[in-house]
Amino acid sequence: MKSHYNDPTGPQIVERRTLCVLVDNEPGVLARIAGLFSGRGYNIESLTVTETEHESHLSRLTVITSGTPAVIEQIKAQLERLVPVHRVIDLTMTGQSIERELALVKVAGSGEHRMEALRLAAAFGARTVDATLSSFVFELTGTSDDVERFIKLMAAIGLVEVSRTGVAAIARGAEGM
Amino acid sequence: MPETKPTETTMSETMTGAEMVIRALTDQGVDTLFGYPGGAVLPIYDAMYQQNFVHHVLVRHEQGAVHAAEGYSRSSGKVGCVLVTSGPGATNAVTGLTDALLDSIPIVCITGQVPTHLIGSDAFQECDTVGITRSCTKHNYLVKKIEDLPRVLHEAFYVATHGRPGPVVVDIPKDIQFASGIYKGPENSAHKSYQPRVDGDMAKIAAAVELMRSAKRPVFYTGGGVINAGPKASAALKELARLTGFPVTSTLMGLGAYPANDPQWLGMLGMHGTYEANMAMHGCDVMINIGARFDDRITGRLDGFSPNSAKIHVDIDPSSINKNVHIDIGIVGDAGHVLEAMLKLWKDKAKGAKPGLDAWWKQIDQWRARKSLSFKTSPNVIKPQQVVQRLYALTRGRDTYITTEVGQHQMWAAQHFHFDEPNRWMTSGGLGTMGYGLPAAIGVQMAHPNALVVDIAGEASILMNMQEMSTAAQYRLPVKVCILNNGYMGMVRQWQELLHGGRYSESYTAALPDFVKLAEAYHGKGIRCDDPDKLDAALLEMIEHPGPVILDCIVSAEENCFPMIPSGKAHNEMILPDTAEDIGSVIDAKGKMLV
Repeated sequence: MKSHYNDPTGPQIVERRTLCVLVDNEPGVLARIAGLFSGRGYNIESLTVTETEHESHLSRLTVITSGTPAVIEQIKAQLERLVPVHRVIDLTMTGQSIERELALVKVAGSGEHRMEALRLAAAFGARTVDATLSSFVFELTGTSDDVERFIKLMAAIGLVEVSRTGVAAIARGAEGM
Repeated sequence: MPETKPTETTMSETMTGAEMVIRALTDQGVDTLFGYPGGAVLPIYDAMYQQNFVHHVLVRHEQGAVHAAEGYSRSSGKVGCVLVTSGPGATNAVTGLTDALLDSIPIVCITGQVPTHLIGSDAFQECDTVGITRSCTKHNYLVKKIEDLPRVLHEAFYVATHGRPGPVVVDIPKDIQFASGIYKGPENSAHKSYQPRVDGDMAKIAAAVELMRSAKRPVFYTGGGVINAGPKASAALKELARLTGFPVTSTLMGLGAYPANDPQWLGMLGMHGTYEANMAMHGCDVMINIGARFDDRITGRLDGFSPNSAKIHVDIDPSSINKNVHIDIGIVGDAGHVLEAMLKLWKDKAKGAKPGLDAWWKQIDQWRARKSLSFKTSPNVIKPQQVVQRLYALTRGRDTYITTEVGQHQMWAAQHFHFDEPNRWMTSGGLGTMGYGLPAAIGVQMAHPNALVVDIAGEASILMNMQEMSTAAQYRLPVKVCILNNGYMGMVRQWQELLHGGRYSESYTAALPDFVKLAEAYHGKGIRCDDPDKLDAALLEMIEHPGPVILDCIVSAEENCFPMIPSGKAHNEMILPDTAEDIGSVIDAKGKMLV
């Protein structure tokens, strides 16, 4: 929640940003990050997390958020003041990056629908990871847009359910975070 | 904050978790602990019973323990320490922890927890303490292994005192308190990654000093960060103000960092600040914010806030910079370090010369001439401002500390009691916690046993933690409670008068206790005064009594606190006492929505 006193005076441009956050993998750290977003009224569009450096017990979060440039700066500063947070990188602002998510898509149907589902899966480069006489589960890795388009097409064929990981992201080039 | 004194002992010893708690407190230099026992902290209380280093103050409610620790900390510069039990012990501490978070007070609060094998089973007096306190602490820990306990205890002190200070909770299950392990001292207790920046960026400091040199209408706007940075920061501020000749105003939390008896002092700014301070903020061309955070009580309407100034902001918390107000030069660092760097640059480059500020000071003197803190006395009834003024006059030359509750009396205390030194003024600024003042006064008195500690209170606020009079009695703490009794929750009533057509919904307390008898019931002295001619005598009787006193001053019931920036208005739209007719009409519908 912004202060009541903070009436926006002009049109505010809302931007979508991808943040990478390196944190100590300690109990409650995810609740701390999620609580910061909900407590201060920030948006989370996607959040993925797992331990990436086992020896130093560091987890890497990828958060997709949106807000005005001033709000985004606040989000980064608020994240950085959390004690277990080591670093916050704004991938959107630091040059080119790659964003991917994985989706498991269950489709049911028979006859021509089955054939069409397989053709579309092949067109998208999705793997078939489960098949029965009346259903498939496809695994698709791609950008969120790719996943959205695939799901939309499958909806016309016989979509049963979808499980998505959310976005993982990394910067292009030789430099590390 | 002062660095923690390293301990002489580096030997690793085997002991129980409970013994480790007491040992860690001792090694951190803690001699005073505010707390309340219960089932889940019994082993720690048992370990405490068998030693003489850490003195425990038994409060009457856990909220009081945290406020007492806050008063202790803010008046001494040390960490305030609290020990409470699981469940209700921890939840009762939440208000105090939130208060300490908003006012940046370093607190280490140790909470007991049910044994690890019972966590999550809804056990007796179990609550999710780390979950509940996650958003009201700077950081918190649940210790599930004895091996982690010594490191976590020392890290808690490190986190509480480094960067922007704040409260840290360490939740210790009962089986961990009984478990035995190897204790390690506080050496190398720095957090592996939490290393806040204290020295500001020199290029930015140089740019700030350049901007200050070119200023025609500058103002220093200082806050609690200067006090948290220690007495050296206050001294540096004083010297920088003297060399530059700039006027100085401060937030509620920063009072005392700059001496109020200095001619360059403008008084407090903000909603109930002085006319000269707010007009200087509105009209300045260069604003130098040191350790304040552009709170909404300070800025008023943001789009009308100091519209023509370049703004310099020094803060140890990067998230404070550009949060509410656009900043031209933001410097992340400790107020003391940055002030000293500014001082050095100013001396080097300006050769100590003061810029020509005559026109600016002439303007400020015109604003001062409005005498925005004036009020009319009456021969029949005591005015609340008068009580504070007389208390100030009668305590000159004494070693005095002031705490307050929250409301009109708090603002009158801030306006009419003047502080020349830091750490003398303890108030709940950010959270606005009624009931803060009495336990805080107990904490201050523990840190300064021979000082005069006065809680300037309202009759409504004082009842919120009245039970702490019993603590004062037990430890023979001669705290003075000076109640400005107008029968109303004064600030609520004032807002109802201004915003809600004078409909005083539930803001009048019909059945107040007899405060004189109440004081006596708590083994203290009770005094009542309702005659302006007897006010001085009553105040002196309170000051000179060697034990705890409640002075119940019956003051005019419907006095309003002015000057005031009405909700939704800018600094230059203040209401002054002499123009305060029909204020309700000043505030528009949008303003009424605000708090």
